[in-house]
Amino acid sequence: MIKTVFVAVILFTMIAFTAYLAFHYAPIEKTMGPIQKIFYLHLPSAFSSFIALGICFYANLRYVFSREAKWDWLAVSAAEVGLAFISVVLVTGPIWAHPVWGIWWTWDARLTLTFVLWLLYIAYLLLRSMLEEPDKRALFSALFGIFAFLDVPLVYFSIRWWRTQHPQPVILGGPGSGLDPRMRISYLLVWAAFTGLLILLLNGRYKLEAMRASVEELRREMEVR
Amino acid sequence: MALLSNSAVLLGKELRTEFRSRELLTTTVVFILTIVVLFSFTFDPSASESRRFGPGLLWLAFLFAASLMLQPGFLREQNNDTLSALRLSVSDPFAIFLAKLIANAIFLLLTEMLLLPIFAILYNVHILAVFPQLVLVFFLGSVGVAIPGTAFSAISAQARMRELMLPVLLLPLLTPVLIGSTEATAALLAEKPELRLDWLGFLAGFDVVFLTALWLFGEYLLEE
Repeated sequence: MIKTVFVAVILFTMIAFTAYLAFHYAPIEKTMGPIQKIFYLHLPSAFSSFIALGICFYANLRYVFSREAKWDWLAVSAAEVGLAFISVVLVTGPIWAHPVWGIWWTWDARLTLTFVLWLLYIAYLLLRSMLEEPDKRALFSALFGIFAFLDVPLVYFSIRWWRTQHPQPVILGGPGSGLDPRMRISYLLVWAAFTGLLILLLNGRYKLEAMRASVEELRREMEVR
Repeated sequence: MALLSNSAVLLGKELRTEFRSRELLTTTVVFILTIVVLFSFTFDPSASESRRFGPGLLWLAFLFAASLMLQPGFLREQNNDTLSALRLSVSDPFAIFLAKLIANAIFLLLTEMLLLPIFAILYNVHILAVFPQLVLVFFLGSVGVAIPGTAFSAISAQARMRELMLPVLLLPLLTPVLIGSTEATAALLAEKPELRLDWLGFLAGFDVVFLTALWLFGEYLLEE
């Protein structure tokens, strides 16, 4: 418990520090202006969400083959935390896009993929809430998770090909290849902080799920007696 | 070989069950027809517009219909308590999936072939010249819908709110199929019809990926 609080304090200090860096140390981007600062939140969230979904897929696979409950706990934790990060990405994206592109949303490959991912993992969590029995819930949601993850590259390529057939409605922005060194340092730090945040959230959620499972088990034992 | 002969027997069972009553096919055809008619009220398309939007509307209607139509596949077995018997009767559980997904693909393709001419008349598009190519597109698309659809109908049959769960699970996953089949169909219905081999290849790839996944993980879907 104390360890978690300690890590949390360090992480939040780090995030506050990188926020300071982003606004006062890193230079203002030439074409986009101050709105580009939202990337210090947008990019690391996207990065963390992909890691989380990768962990979810791995845990799903391990569960199907080993049937150890811990993999199920890890999978649901990763899916929930990943979904939270994707939500951040989906909210910060349009906030950035509106002043830069002039529109809130466009059906561009990456945006659409993120949206479909969000829907898929909401479906994953919904499915879990609709299955009563713990073993069945774990197995079926794991199998759905595997299918959903396999779909990701297919969704991405289909949207990319589909979009290249049409004229692009806007010029794709994003930070160019040449980053200012001060920007790079800020990015690296915020990235580290968000990866730490991912691990912290994952750890907390995993413990919660383990506790929930043991409560459920105890309740069953009570009912048997 | 046992897999194929088992699947063939089970496929016969699926087809017999359906063609005795034809409940599923009739209802689905009426359902899609309703959607196609309702779409025209919301758009009031001209000939060139229906060429642009038509394929998308048609495929969307098929996808919605499929997410309802695939429901009974495993539900029927579960309601009649025949799933365990079915599993005991075959050496490889994949045979059950193979039979059900082929049956589902056949049903989907049948409804599509019935509705395509009606769609062509209502929306004023010409399909006769490209009919064989259209059949190919619809075949690959239907198989793409049927593979994950059959797998997920085994999942949703066990869940609460199953009628809503299947579309929620299935439709986002079918994004690639929707895009691929719509693009391929639109290219065939365009002023200068064109067979888009890249999209056909993509659809075939989708089918192969999910067929492999079903082959690997199908047996776990039938656990009780």
